[in-house]
Amino acid sequence: MSDTQSHYTSPTFAAAAPEKLPGRTFRDIPPVRWARENLFNTWYNTALTLVIAYFIARFAIGLISWGLVNAVWDVPGTDTRACREIVGIGACWALIGEKFRFIMFGTYPYEEHWRPTVVIFLFLALYGVSAMRRFWNRNLVWIWLAGLTVIGVLMWGGVLGLQFVEQERWGGLPITLILATFGIALAFPLSILLALGRRSDMPAVKVICVTYIELIRGVPLISLLFMASVMFPLFLPEGLTIDKLLRAQVAIILFAAAYLAEVIRGGLQAIPKGQYEAADSLGLSYWQKTGFIVLPQALRLVIPPLVNTFIGLFKDTSLVLIIGIFDLLNSAKTAVNEPAWRGFGLEAYIFVAVIYFVFCFAMSKYSQDLEAELSMHRNR
Amino acid sequence: MASKPHRAMRGPPASTINLSLNNPSVRAVLYQILVVGAVGFVVWYLVSNTMTNLETRKIATGFGFLDREAGLPIGESLIEYTPADTYAKALFVGLLNTLRVAILGIVLATILGTIIGVARLSRNWLLAQTARIYVEVMRNVPLLLQLLFWWTLFRDMFPGPRDALSPLAGVFLSNRGVKIPLLMWQPEYAYVLATILAGIVASYLLHRWAKRRQEATGQQFPVVRTALGLVVGLPLLVFLVLGAPLALERPELRGFNFVGGATLTPEFAALLIGLVTYTAAFIAEIVRSGILAVSHGQTEAALALGLKRGQVLRLVVLPQALRVIVPPTTSQYLNITKNSSLAVAIGYPDIVSVANTTLNQTGQAIEGIAIIMAVYLTISLSISLFMNWYNKHIALVER
Repeated sequence: MSDTQSHYTSPTFAAAAPEKLPGRTFRDIPPVRWARENLFNTWYNTALTLVIAYFIARFAIGLISWGLVNAVWDVPGTDTRACREIVGIGACWALIGEKFRFIMFGTYPYEEHWRPTVVIFLFLALYGVSAMRRFWNRNLVWIWLAGLTVIGVLMWGGVLGLQFVEQERWGGLPITLILATFGIALAFPLSILLALGRRSDMPAVKVICVTYIELIRGVPLISLLFMASVMFPLFLPEGLTIDKLLRAQVAIILFAAAYLAEVIRGGLQAIPKGQYEAADSLGLSYWQKTGFIVLPQALRLVIPPLVNTFIGLFKDTSLVLIIGIFDLLNSAKTAVNEPAWRGFGLEAYIFVAVIYFVFCFAMSKYSQDLEAELSMHRNR
Repeated sequence: MASKPHRAMRGPPASTINLSLNNPSVRAVLYQILVVGAVGFVVWYLVSNTMTNLETRKIATGFGFLDREAGLPIGESLIEYTPADTYAKALFVGLLNTLRVAILGIVLATILGTIIGVARLSRNWLLAQTARIYVEVMRNVPLLLQLLFWWTLFRDMFPGPRDALSPLAGVFLSNRGVKIPLLMWQPEYAYVLATILAGIVASYLLHRWAKRRQEATGQQFPVVRTALGLVVGLPLLVFLVLGAPLALERPELRGFNFVGGATLTPEFAALLIGLVTYTAAFIAEIVRSGILAVSHGQTEAALALGLKRGQVLRLVVLPQALRVIVPPTTSQYLNITKNSSLAVAIGYPDIVSVANTTLNQTGQAIEGIAIIMAVYLTISLSISLFMNWYNKHIALVER
């Protein structure tokens, strides 16, 4: 329950308490008066403003001189002497220029890099379409199935004259997007079943669901990933092997399902009893009642915490680095393992952090807007 | 749940036994048998496969390896440890390291998170915006990435011990980690500690007496100020009377490295900084929402009753805000503990890292992972139980 609440509260207040709290904005009043009202209204506020401004200025100057003024943007080949001379004084962005493709696509064959590029844009298009409420109907399922088929064909190849690329050579951003997308998409139905099971009248079903959810939520994702990488092969009958990416994907799905189930349970609990009783009195069966009456309302209620959980899972896919899968973070880490580029890890990590930030920030902004839109009838 | 009375109504009269499939309770039993059967079959299938595989690959089972010599060097340990010790002891060292970073992390993240959460509500625009940007950046970048960032910063960007940075006298930042001065124990400190303990006991008794007096007569007693004097002022006085004995063991540069003082290794420092700064962003949002959840009318009503500002905060706003804050904060504490397992990526010897090395050395994957899971389940359960108890303690008492 506690987790559900944490997901509940944070986005609610993010939207309900606009940042304009301190007073009127720039647009309403002249800037000088605005500054006097919001920055220099009392002596301690003035002192606070000046102290913070000093630190921000120092930080900004340091960042600009390191990241822009003193930075090295280009080096000849892998001759990184120019970068070595300015370690600690300026950034070596030449690393990104040189290793951009490696970080984005891992060891995918160089001539075929257009394929993962198209895959990335396809994923973005799918996310964009799913974000539009206009498409929230049955067709979305077909759009996704079509999109994922194309993505599979592009990544593997082997048909339509495309060169076959084995999964071991995939890497970079496509891996992160695949793990996150399939993790969420496949965990979602499972989590609905788990959440329904946890609220079931049948004691055996309830016990199984509660045990599963609490067990998974009690252990770190890392232990599940270790399990997937070293224990999973023992589970399978002799002769059958599953590749590492798929095993990690299964672990992520099982992990995500437990967390999503708790969020959905929060929504189920919020549906008034009258709705269940009305459905019963209409003579609907359990699945009709759940599918037509309860779930549509419950899921709508928990969209913001669901998106928050999605953001968490997107970030958590980076943990596959620890079991040696080449996702975005791991390819950045590997890029600076080469002797010529060793020691420029910060630049690589900042670059990757920006990519993660863009994805997560977009999701959280979207959830805030959506929540404002969905609760419009309440805030009139 | 909602349909229970309804089912009873639709079901047959209690006297006749109806075993037809139209009877909901018969169906329910059947469904449960099916579900349990399916789950049981999957478990049996996996277990039997595993048994066969273990036999064909000749992998040993059982926890016998715990008593064997580990031969596994551990970089930092709170207790005496050598590679000649057993696996059991190595795992215990890892567990202590996990608890050390988790407990420190929880305390520091709570403090930092509260400060940032309050700062986000500040009327000072610059402060509020700075806090907002901090929260947005921290929440939207994976923790593992942040840990690698801090670790790289320590390893690559900080100078060697010879040119260590010294932001404060006696504190040295270098690629060997953070060096801080260590307070040396003096015999006089025993008296100071005794005074502190006595002060705490006296404050408690004073609090009880003051409460009883207020209930009986309505007169108030400045308990907080007196308690502060008893717990902080009196020991300080004792300390000064005894001649203020103060001896710091300062880290000194000898040859290529520092000698003396306490060390935070780069791994530990990176893990702690990463966990604290990341989790503080989440706690800040929880604190902010908790404070906002108390409507302004409550403050106004309290002021109208004639309470002072401090009393309004202590008696009216905080108790209500805590009710909103505690449950989600619990899950953040659990998250810190679970996230400390990311230590394995930067080489801090926590329980996961030690158990991982153990399972690689012995080849006993199942036992290794079982140990990790058992440890985390125990920690998670203990924190949950404690926080549930605390939550009940502060929860709204309804008539």
